[in-house]
Amino acid sequence: MSLNVKTQQPVVISEKTLARVAELKSRFPEGKHKSALLTVLHEVQDENNDWLTVDAMDKIAELLNIKPIEVYEVASFYSMYNQKPVGKYMFEFCRTSCCVTRGAEDLIEYTCNKLGVKEGEVTPDGLFSVKGVECLGACGYAPMLQLGDFYHEFLTPEKMDQLIEDCKAGKVEKLSKV
Amino acid sequence: MGKKILLEHVNVEGIHTYEVYRKVGGYASVEKALKMAPNDIVEEVKKSGLRGRGGAGFPTGMKWSFIDKKSGRPRHLVCNADESEPGTFKDRYLMEKLPHLLVEGMITSSIALEANLSYIYIRGEYMWVYRILERAINEAYANGWLGKNIKGSGYDLDLHVTCGAGAYICGEETALIESLEGKRGNPRIKPPFPAVVGLYGNPTVVNNVESLMNIPWIVENGGEEYAKIGVGRSTGTKLISASGNIRKPGVYEIELGITVEDFVMSDEWCGGMQTDRPLKACVPGGSSVPILPAHLLFKTAKDETRLMTYESMSDGGFATGSMIGSGGFIVYDDRQCVVRNTWNFSRFYHHESCGQCSPCREGTGWLEKVTWRLEHGYGSMADIDLLWDIQRKIEGNTICPLGDAAAWPVAAAIRHFRHEFEYHVRYPEKVKDRKHFEHEPWEQVKHLMTKQEAVLV
Ligand SMILES: Cc1cc2nc3c(=O)[nH]c(=O)nc-3n(C[C@H](O)[C@H](O)[C@H](O)COP(=O)(O)O)c2cc1C
Ligand code: SF4
Ligand code: FES
Repeated sequence: MSLNVKTQQPVVISEKTLARVAELKSRFPEGKHKSALLTVLHEVQDENNDWLTVDAMDKIAELLNIKPIEVYEVASFYSMYNQKPVGKYMFEFCRTSCCVTRGAEDLIEYTCNKLGVKEGEVTPDGLFSVKGVECLGACGYAPMLQLGDFYHEFLTPEKMDQLIEDCKAGKVEKLSKV
Repeated sequence: MGKKILLEHVNVEGIHTYEVYRKVGGYASVEKALKMAPNDIVEEVKKSGLRGRGGAGFPTGMKWSFIDKKSGRPRHLVCNADESEPGTFKDRYLMEKLPHLLVEGMITSSIALEANLSYIYIRGEYMWVYRILERAINEAYANGWLGKNIKGSGYDLDLHVTCGAGAYICGEETALIESLEGKRGNPRIKPPFPAVVGLYGNPTVVNNVESLMNIPWIVENGGEEYAKIGVGRSTGTKLISASGNIRKPGVYEIELGITVEDFVMSDEWCGGMQTDRPLKACVPGGSSVPILPAHLLFKTAKDETRLMTYESMSDGGFATGSMIGSGGFIVYDDRQCVVRNTWNFSRFYHHESCGQCSPCREGTGWLEKVTWRLEHGYGSMADIDLLWDIQRKIEGNTICPLGDAAAWPVAAAIRHFRHEFEYHVRYPEKVKDRKHFEHEPWEQVKHLMTKQEAVLV
């Protein structure tokens, strides 16, 4: 894990998120509010450019009344939490077997070439990044990628071009908020 | 068309909403269960012969009878919706389409277990499904199926959904419990089993989504009726998520007992191969189960017809059989490379190892490295034996079965496709092309292997 202290950004936790955190805590018995940690990390990450600063994690520790280390160790264990800045639109391609049988490797290559990045990199304008991830439970609808809360399935180079255009035009929804 | 237990109403317009679901008879099993003695429900589930649909196939009724009801500690039912085994996408389909069937199954099962606080743990990537479940649960509360004194019965139940954040290991039941407690997903050493010490130290049952969705039907129609479907000890229906090089990938509900050949070739299910390229191999139960070469898929080694049942699929043991596992049915045609696929799976397990025990943490790393170099044309004949040796040293020596799950695919690939591994060693310049078998399938190059050359070591 790289705890990135230099590239800071102010922590944003809205009233709406605070109310959500309270509701999430209420799902667990008294004294067991730590159970809400994984969900709260998602909520806060969504509100803070899709990555978690140390300050954000410290704030979460405070909200759940646990030690900061308990947040760090969880944030670093699970692959969906980012501890470094990512592209505004992060394409998370499934690279596992079933998707490979349907051309996932070609599509990842195509996208990286088109955007001029390698897997794990962010485009200079901060708009896109590409990441290879493991099976997303869409094996029959391959090749596919995850973007925010949503899946884009049965992809082709043409659909990829369109998706990139739509992202640039700000027409792509990332969150499935309530 | 075979019998449908889970998907009977899947195409009803608006079935994800409470009103429509209730109109087609939804929540009737809760009404019935509230009038039954909890242990009688457990007996019905035992009679049904239902086996866990998460992968291991452990009888559900028996698992329920182990839950500690004597200590007087609170009990919990936890639904395992972590679905991350490569090839498996049935639970997502079920929850997206029929969220209320899961809620109903959770309530009826919680009544049987006398649990008053239950959870659905869903993988973090299924965030939009999480929202669907949240909505369904809210609707169930609003209509009096959850909360205090449900339908005047005196029984209280709270049910909530909570999510993971990208870790296959959290599908292992004790890792799931840790994760649900807000910790890293490190599996616990068993015993004690969750049925005695589970969530928050309380007796807990963990069941797969599909297992729990079968419960309403069993309670309404009786265990004996359920046991009439299927063959022998493989009772009921099973969802199979089919992917790979077939014409119609998707989720299918089959009666256990149809033939594998029908499942692959019939238009009712997979619809045959994707193109005119022939079938080469199949991983019939999710990435962890042994791969079967084409000649062992439709027939067993004894030349009997292979059926979609727990028994028939594993006929021949690991030497010539496989497992039904999670129902993740992956079909490969002759463009696909078994060595590349083995590397792909090994990378997956290495990535997903929680790192607690060294045979798994180090062993999966070595499996990935050695399969990588074989696939990319840098391997030696000794590497093939080395792989065999590594996988053998992982199996059985770890805290949780992820170690075995990483070892088995490698062992099976070498067992059935050793010639392909050797080809990679002898013709490195050919395999450096990622699509080597797409351009020159095995059938076209296998004659090269009969050539006597200086043995490369
Ligand atoms: C590494 C690993 C991953 C697993 N992943 C899942 C999973 O994603 N979903 C699931 O239901 N069971 C999974 N299991 C099996 C669970 O540990 C457990 O046996 C299952 O949830 C029990 O439910 P069932 O009896 O209804 O099948 C996994 C097991 C292991 C060892
Ligand atoms: S076998 Fe692997 S995943 Fe399971 S506890 Fe050990 S290190 Fe973790
Ligand atoms: S292998 Fe790509 S979604 Fe399952």
